[in-house]
Amino acid sequence: MAETATAQRRTSLETRGFDAKGASLTLAPSSFRVSLRAPEASISVLEEALGLSLPRLPKTSSEEGTRAALWLGPDEWLVIDTETDPLTASRGVEALHSAVDISHRNVGIVASGAYAAEAVNGGCPQDLSPEAFPVGACSRTVLGKIEIVLWKKAENSFHIECWRSFSPYAFAFLTASARDAAA
Amino acid sequence: MLLIRCPYCEEERPELEFRNGGQAHIARSTDIVQESAEAFERFFFIRDNPKGVIFERWRHIHGCGRFFNAVRDTITDKFHHTYKAGEPQPDLNELIAANEDRRMDEGRGDMPADQGPGSWANVPPDQINVAEPAADASKGDA
Amino acid sequence: MAEPASFRVSGKGRLGSKGANFTFDGASYQGVEGDTLASALLANGVHLVGRSFKYHRPRGILSAGAEEPNALVNIERDPSRKVPNVRATVQEIYPGLKAVSQNRWPSLAYDVGEVNNIASPMFSAGFYYKTFMWPKKAWEKFYEPKIRAAAGLGVAPDLPDPDHYSQRFAHCDVLVLGGGAAGIAAATAAAESGARVILCDEQADLGGALRFEAGAMVENKPAWDWAQEAIAKLAANDRVRVLPRTTAFGYYAQNFVALAERVTDHLASPNPGLPRERLWQVRAGRVVIATGAIERHMVFADNDRPGIMLASAARTYLNHYGVSVGRKVGVFTANDSAYQAAIDLKKAGTEIAAIVDIRPASEGDAVQQARALGIEVLSGHAVVKTGGRLRVSSMAVRSVNVGAERVIPVDALLMSAGWTPSVHLFSQSRGRVAFDEASQRFLPGTYAQACVSVGASNGTDRLEATLEEAYAAGEKAAKETTGGTKSAARPAGVSGEAFAGGMLGTTPGAENGTTVAAFVDFQNDVTAKDIRLAVREGMHSIEHVKRFTTNGMATDQGKTSNMHGLAIAAEVLGKDIPSVGLTTFRAPYTPVTFGTIVGHAKGELFDPTRRTPIHPWAEAQGAAFEDVGQWKRAWYFPRAGEDMHRAVDRECKTVRETAGLFDASTLGKIEVVGPDAAKFMEILYTNPWEKLEVGRCRYGIMLREDGFIYDDGVVGRLASDRFHVTTTTGGAPRVMNHMEDYLQTEFPDLKVWLTSITEQWAVIAVQGPNSRKIIEPLVEGIDISDAAMPHMSVREGRICGVPTRLFRMSFTGERGFEVNVPADYGQAVWEALWAEGQKYGACAYGTESMHVLRAEKGYIIVGQETDGTVSPYDAGLDWAIGKKKRDFVGIRGLKRSDLVADGRKQLVGLRTKNPRTVLEEGAQIVANPREPVPMTMLGHVTSSYWSENCGHSIALALLQNGRKRMGQTLWVPMPDGAIEVEVTGTVFFDPEGGRLNG
Repeated sequence: MAETATAQRRTSLETRGFDAKGASLTLAPSSFRVSLRAPEASISVLEEALGLSLPRLPKTSSEEGTRAALWLGPDEWLVIDTETDPLTASRGVEALHSAVDISHRNVGIVASGAYAAEAVNGGCPQDLSPEAFPVGACSRTVLGKIEIVLWKKAENSFHIECWRSFSPYAFAFLTASARDAAA
Repeated sequence: MLLIRCPYCEEERPELEFRNGGQAHIARSTDIVQESAEAFERFFFIRDNPKGVIFERWRHIHGCGRFFNAVRDTITDKFHHTYKAGEPQPDLNELIAANEDRRMDEGRGDMPADQGPGSWANVPPDQINVAEPAADASKGDA
Repeated sequence: MAEPASFRVSGKGRLGSKGANFTFDGASYQGVEGDTLASALLANGVHLVGRSFKYHRPRGILSAGAEEPNALVNIERDPSRKVPNVRATVQEIYPGLKAVSQNRWPSLAYDVGEVNNIASPMFSAGFYYKTFMWPKKAWEKFYEPKIRAAAGLGVAPDLPDPDHYSQRFAHCDVLVLGGGAAGIAAATAAAESGARVILCDEQADLGGALRFEAGAMVENKPAWDWAQEAIAKLAANDRVRVLPRTTAFGYYAQNFVALAERVTDHLASPNPGLPRERLWQVRAGRVVIATGAIERHMVFADNDRPGIMLASAARTYLNHYGVSVGRKVGVFTANDSAYQAAIDLKKAGTEIAAIVDIRPASEGDAVQQARALGIEVLSGHAVVKTGGRLRVSSMAVRSVNVGAERVIPVDALLMSAGWTPSVHLFSQSRGRVAFDEASQRFLPGTYAQACVSVGASNGTDRLEATLEEAYAAGEKAAKETTGGTKSAARPAGVSGEAFAGGMLGTTPGAENGTTVAAFVDFQNDVTAKDIRLAVREGMHSIEHVKRFTTNGMATDQGKTSNMHGLAIAAEVLGKDIPSVGLTTFRAPYTPVTFGTIVGHAKGELFDPTRRTPIHPWAEAQGAAFEDVGQWKRAWYFPRAGEDMHRAVDRECKTVRETAGLFDASTLGKIEVVGPDAAKFMEILYTNPWEKLEVGRCRYGIMLREDGFIYDDGVVGRLASDRFHVTTTTGGAPRVMNHMEDYLQTEFPDLKVWLTSITEQWAVIAVQGPNSRKIIEPLVEGIDISDAAMPHMSVREGRICGVPTRLFRMSFTGERGFEVNVPADYGQAVWEALWAEGQKYGACAYGTESMHVLRAEKGYIIVGQETDGTVSPYDAGLDWAIGKKKRDFVGIRGLKRSDLVADGRKQLVGLRTKNPRTVLEEGAQIVANPREPVPMTMLGHVTSSYWSENCGHSIALALLQNGRKRMGQTLWVPMPDGAIEVEVTGTVFFDPEGGRLNG
């Protein structure tokens, strides 16, 4: 068998960015992502293997180092890691669960600035005030005509995940919306 | 756009995140292959279309992804109750009684403190704008 | 050069001194920044601004707000920005604004259509319904086109809208609708209690009635000044959003309120980054409705001449805009508030001809003040007609109890029949209005939502009471939503006017039995006698009266006319007003542009366009693309000089002769994981799965419960507890939902989870006799020999150094592989495969060739050969049904009597007698082409192509009892003659299937 060079990675949004006063958009770094599904009984074993707690409350997330777990449903978490593959950690876990690699399925966009929430609210119907959507809150929801996962990583900073082929739409939508929010 | 309380997310979320799934509490037979033609017809083709309260399925498809059940008034679109899939069908009379207690006072603009925008009393279209003396304003409501 | 505006009153009004020149019908005029088009025209003495809808009567400016029925103009910013039906009373002027009047030809002063007015006795209510009924054909061919050409007011723009529009979802504790004294007070109280507040008002300057009510005081200073200070304070609060030029136009369930903000229409050269309008979709904990009241006109003969307007409008033009509406002004009123207009005008130096008061004896403060200023007050009198053509020139006055008419020259006539509370939004909230006998008006009655009406919209007439009510409401709303307990300090030193009293219906001289043109609805040209006629002709419900006369059905939705119309109908019916009833208030409160509703959703944001990871390569190769749902798929790859057919012929030949590469990334993919995965697959698919070995694949069929085909695809078993399922491109989302539905609601005990991996994997199909040679050098860790990896198997390993799920499968009938790689590597792996393929003369092929190649093999496409009424038996897929299975979705449906009955349409092949004839997809099939129409139709063509590989055309069809008709000659009737066809099997190429391993 011939030796082959590793294929080059090409993301769906290679050179995109947008910067307006109070609402800017950047691409999140390429990350490992796992769709993790597990019943209550398996959670503690998985937490130990993954090295972070899996949030039990709706709309909450946990973070540990480069790794984060976002509650998406009562038995569903999106595990994101910018450095190491969480699958390596979960692969050996015998407790009942499903871990599926979706690293390339999703694309992350970061909206930040004083008007970031308003930019997202251009197409997302949820209440994004600090009372209703505090730092750390996360939720699957909609943006315009697509589905996203919205995660408030910090004050005035939202991480938006969408499927790869929807990312040009998401970026264009957020650009239009951020331009309006900053106007 | 309605607000619908997702029993899994434990909060009201915008209707855009949900999809209606038709009438609830229609169980698929565990031995479906033996069902009579009549029973299969009832199971697959026949649905209620009430003017009033309906038990129906919803999926929080752009949220937690869960299917759940709801009790909704088809006249007013008011959700009386939502509950997790697999939970028993609630008693309608008890539900309505419970909602009566929580209903807002009917004095002009008088709103009790527990009256969130999601728990509104609504009025059937055929009763809207029916003129009547102010003295009767407290009578008749959905 | 524009003349100086001669009706501008120095020392009056609140506008600055910055001039803004504009044109109306080509003439230049001077205005002042802050003017509306209406105020600026009036400042120049221009009252004639339009022609009425039906009779083309000259019309002027009636109001100073959103209720305006007459002053509708075209605003033409540039050739692509021509906005019809703009209310001159709402449009602010900017330097260079160009306004053009509507509904007149050749000019506003000489309008040919005015002949309709002379013939007006012909055009009574229901005229169109009665007149254009016969002959029936003439309606379509003649009447309707003619009427349509003559109807309508403005002219719609004929170029694409170059502006952009934005939308925003917003949440707040307290939403205050209306920025008059009541709204400002409620917002202030709520904000001081710590609530998140949104306050919107349709005007550029908040203040509501304070714009004209000059004498009102709050905190012992002019109420206007108090209001501006309060607004400045609100605007500075970062939990408060103040939205001027913003109309709340729809009130929906659960306190969901739609607001339209006009962002740039008032700017001379708007920043191109700004949207023209912005739609706010607000969810509020509490809504405070402070929408005020709208003044009604008096219904008397010829009450529509230019120069006749609402008293409060004249007062607004004077006190806010610094414009006197005339030099010698008459007043016709049924309440005190019009006196204040006369008093303010008189004090500003305008002559008041007389105040004609329909009430027998008026002796209130206002009356005495007017008399003290030397104004003649004619109590117990009525205006019975007016003179003037393009502008009112006189009013004829007489005692309400007959008597001689006295003609008084005037150049403007102010009128007030009283005030109608604006309950539109309250009613839209599904609250029920109640008729208040004492004040003869509809007021908010039973509430349906968490909202409260305050101020004039709630029938609260005095400013002191309004402020107290509004503060209390704002405070309470904030407490209920935030739990806060702070109390807002109430302002002291409040005094103002009260707008109570008035009348409904016609005045003496226009009463029942008269034939004068006393207009009720100006915009739709409905007179009092039209309404009476409607009742006499049997329209006893107000809903019927409305539709018969069109009263209140224009774009102003009868804001000034509905109550008069109702009263006139009630009078003829001999009923009281509440028993006649109100018509329904509907959204939008004022017209909303399509742009605002569309928002960002146009151009690239109209709908997502999905592209595969390999798309850039295909684009660079000059591929033609076709839309498949939201996806762009490479359709064919034309070489120089090739049209679609030649390209497809070449691609199809090349695949079978050597190999081809196909981008199959859009296929839906679902990973089914868990110990019960096989059990779950058994339920969802007709096929057996428990015994499928790890590393093998199977073509699966999914049914609905009714037994009809829902989807299909190849499924690979990666581990005992892990399946890689593929679905059709278009079916992916609904298949996922269908699977989740059964898993969550019918089989919740199964230990299995579903994850969409459609976009995780790019899929490259390598098909053809040389396919193995092409992938071989790039694959690591997988033995791809026939022995180790036979047809319908799957392996995990690496290709080009990246992970792959490699399927040995075929949708062409050739030896084939489908290479799955993580999406971001898709293009690089494709390029590597392409480079290898070049050594064997392989081609890239698109969806068209894919369709032809699979049809040559008789493989179905769900959605093409099936239409939701095709069972696996019909499609010839009996073999895919697990005969020993006790349950799967559709197992009972398949036994339904009509699914097993004789005579069902079955999938067959068709060969045309002339091999070069390609049938049309969808064409019908008959046995006897000479049978008279309607012919007996036996079935239809589902797929049809030219097959270069076969050297003849091929077609698939659904045909009644098709499998019993093999060899029969049938006909496909077409407009230019019937085409002779022979019924064949569905496999046209390599029927033995040897090439799968060839």
